[in-house]
Amino acid sequence: MRPMKRNGVRVDDSFAEAFPMRGTAILITAPNRRWARQAAATMTGFATSVIGCGAEAGIDCERPSKSTPDGRPGVRVLMFAMSSDTLQTQLVDRAGQCVLTSPGSACFADLDGADRLPIGDSLRYFGDGWQVSKKFGDRHFWRIPVMDGEFLCEATTGLTKKAVGGGNLLIMGATAKATMRAAELAVAAMNGIEGVILPFPGGIARSGSKVGSKYKAMMASTNDAYCPTLRGAVASNLDEDVGCVLEIVIDGLTEEAVAGAMRAGLAAIVKLGPEHGAVRVGAGNYGGKLGPFHFHLKDLLP
Amino acid sequence: MKSLVLTIKQEPGQRLDLAPLVPHLLDGKLPKEIAEIEVQTTREKVTAGDIFKIRSGGVDSIRFEGGSTRLDNIGKDMKSGEIVVEGDCGKSLGRNMSGGNLVAMGDCGPCAGSAMSGGRLEIAGDAGGFLGAPLEGEMEGMTGGVLIVRGNAGERAGDRLRRGTLVIEGSARDYPGSRMIAGTLIVLGECGSLPGYLMQRGTIVLANPPELGPAFVDCGAHDLAFASVFSGLLRPESRAAARLLSRPLFRFAGDMAALGKGEIFFPV
Repeated sequence: MRPMKRNGVRVDDSFAEAFPMRGTAILITAPNRRWARQAAATMTGFATSVIGCGAEAGIDCERPSKSTPDGRPGVRVLMFAMSSDTLQTQLVDRAGQCVLTSPGSACFADLDGADRLPIGDSLRYFGDGWQVSKKFGDRHFWRIPVMDGEFLCEATTGLTKKAVGGGNLLIMGATAKATMRAAELAVAAMNGIEGVILPFPGGIARSGSKVGSKYKAMMASTNDAYCPTLRGAVASNLDEDVGCVLEIVIDGLTEEAVAGAMRAGLAAIVKLGPEHGAVRVGAGNYGGKLGPFHFHLKDLLP
Repeated sequence: MKSLVLTIKQEPGQRLDLAPLVPHLLDGKLPKEIAEIEVQTTREKVTAGDIFKIRSGGVDSIRFEGGSTRLDNIGKDMKSGEIVVEGDCGKSLGRNMSGGNLVAMGDCGPCAGSAMSGGRLEIAGDAGGFLGAPLEGEMEGMTGGVLIVRGNAGERAGDRLRRGTLVIEGSARDYPGSRMIAGTLIVLGECGSLPGYLMQRGTIVLANPPELGPAFVDCGAHDLAFASVFSGLLRPESRAAARLLSRPLFRFAGDMAALGKGEIFFPV
């Protein structure tokens, strides 16, 4: 089978296989942009993969003061998990340890929907009886006295059962430098898409995994077919001109958002071309039997 | 769709109970049937047709052309739709309403918005005493919705307020927010004596506070995120209230003679 080629970049006739997840979104505000970002970064730390972190979380976008409920700079955080219960636990734990504690922060719901996850409804007990409930229309807030004033937190936020996790791109280049360049440009393009996060460090994973292992205790292990140092030793998926592979994993609130992000990432990689970027782009899947969402690269090409 | 228009023919000879003239009770009724609804409060029978010239239209929107201080219980138990009164009203305007939009262009008597639990009530003129308050024997006053008075309000506005937001753009007479259980009361004009008397919880915001009762204690000046959020939410209803809430505010906690978890805010 001959690979498709765009601007000299080979594109595998493959697809990313993604899974249904539970997702939620909150808006964190603070007295300035720096502290809004700080609270969001702290809350979404150690949230790269549900396998080891319980949840996958990241910053979706920043919001200027004029479009936040309290007129202060804000950051939208998305969080994903495999079940509503886990998502609930992770949301309250992370909001309680990382947002409540962050100076000057406030926390608002940022996803509509009938299904709700309590945030303030759980965190209010920190107020030890001094917490104040405030309602206006259909919005409900809790004011919790803290040492720098008050922590304002919306009672609940929305939960979507239509979230999609595990969209991905495998970016293959001749050298680590060139591959990184393509991956960074793809991440920058994907960050412009609303409703998605790239949970891995800086959006990029270098240790893609396969299901299973020779060791009984391990559920997942290194994706040897894409390890350049094993190219001759295993049934490798890599060509001779590939010396480095980086993966971008995408979680989104909707299937469309994930497709949009993959489209934007592909366009950036193709635009850069093979000389200083990726020579080939692929996508990870499990043969199509495990996940219901299939994002075919050929449908997403520019 | 056109509104159902009720034009008052002359000043009624007795107080009238207009509680039956709300959208959900008129649904499906013909103009002739509406005209036969009895609204008297004495032994002398009076029907809607005796008092009003009725111009048919969708009952989801009812307009009273002309008013009288003898028109009691307008919008009582209202659940949906819209009622506009182009004139004055009597007592208990919008009492117990749970939804819809009720607007009085003139003044209204006591107990407007009494025990309302939802919807929006706007009084363009002045309101009588006990705005949003419970009637005798009831435990709670207003428990939800938004109540806005563009003019002045009588004594004990927001008595036993439990939930919801009450904004008085003019002045309030004595004891606003007395015995408040929770909720939010905002007074933009002058304020009578002893605001928040025996309040348990809840928030009172005063643009011009009088001397507070001795059981309110100073908690300092603050710039709170909650005030900014309420400022934004209130802006469509009252720009002046939004402005007041966007400033740094002194917080006094009280009433320490009751539960003491309430608060009175006023500008620094």
